[in-house]
Amino acid sequence: MIPTPDLSHLKRADYEHVYEPAEDTFILLDALEEDASALLEAKPLVCLEIGSGSGCVSSFVGSILGSSCLCISTDINHHAALATLRTGSQNKTAIDSVIANLTSPLRTRLRHNIDLLVFNPPYVPTVDEEVCDAQGGRNIEGSWAGGKDGMQVTDMVLDQLDDLLSPQGRFYLVAVKENDVPGIQGRMLNRYGFQSEVVLQRRAGREHLYVVRFVR
Amino acid sequence: MVRLITHNLLACHAKGCTSNNFPLKLQDVAIEVREAEFNPDFVRGFLPRLEWKALVQAARELGDTSLPEEMPEMVDDGFLKNLHHVLLEIHIDEGAMICPNCGHTYPISNGIPNMLLAEHEIG
Ligand SMILES: C[S@@+](CC[C@H](N)C(=O)[O-])C[C@H]1O[C@@H](n2cnc3c(N)ncnc32)[C@H](O)[C@@H]1O
Ligand SMILES: [Zn+2]
Repeated sequence: MIPTPDLSHLKRADYEHVYEPAEDTFILLDALEEDASALLEAKPLVCLEIGSGSGCVSSFVGSILGSSCLCISTDINHHAALATLRTGSQNKTAIDSVIANLTSPLRTRLRHNIDLLVFNPPYVPTVDEEVCDAQGGRNIEGSWAGGKDGMQVTDMVLDQLDDLLSPQGRFYLVAVKENDVPGIQGRMLNRYGFQSEVVLQRRAGREHLYVVRFVR
Repeated sequence: MVRLITHNLLACHAKGCTSNNFPLKLQDVAIEVREAEFNPDFVRGFLPRLEWKALVQAARELGDTSLPEEMPEMVDDGFLKNLHHVLLEIHIDEGAMICPNCGHTYPISNGIPNMLLAEHEIG
């Protein structure tokens, strides 16, 4: 059992600006925990979490991999980047937290160098303007607003994946039914040759959540 | 946090800035040294992923001259310990990173670099 990171330093007031871990977070932790020994065996050197929010997932990865891997996180929301940093120190897991749009400042140097990529994206279907406002506002609305089919932000990462992952790299993505998981898997196979597998799925209230794992 | 290992992975991504956009120059930085667990396998494994010259330059800008100009062929424990210190124990808490090509300034505050660009600067 890998303990869920201690988040007691984050209070109500923090969660007014930062996404509070919920069922989508926990299904991702569960998927990573199931794969913990495979992850360790693959000896990843670089892990990147996009959209780290509270830092719960990055810290969990940090406790699986310890000092054997560099954990970097990005978030577009500066409150989230700070929460991630605090969660790292609270749990004694080193997380290099960066305020950034997806992977932008890291793309040149981390080209084909990310061994473990993790993203629990804003996946809720909304009208397109809502994504623009949320992304532009760089605030908590950016935690869920996903535009058409909830895929607007996720699609940008999927289109970079071939550039990002190292030869043995893996990518864990959270999705919901409305995102059309079989469609995503088909596109990634046909366009880039990525193999993928739904490693976990469950119903949580109105959402049907999935964790999809991609490998080359 | 910005440690030199992460500084070694960040490049300027402003519109049209595609060459000589790395390494970002450190300016007015406040640093703090915090001990980290030494994992020789990790440090050795990471060597091929580093831009060596950029790392040496950044370390020197921060007053650390323990690394040789050229990446040594023989990697011994003493070298790995120095490298561990430079990569993982020097934290930049405040300051800025400046693009050597276009001059864009990326601020660092509370140990977090802000790499966002304004709408018109995005390529
Ligand atoms: C559903 S929340 C997940 C938070 C956390 N990883 C978790 O699992 O609890 C999505 C996160 O992605 C961030 N985000 C949204 N758009 C982003 C972008 N373009 N670049 C980086 N992060 C982004 C949001 O600020 C938010 O923290
Ligand atoms: Zn530049």
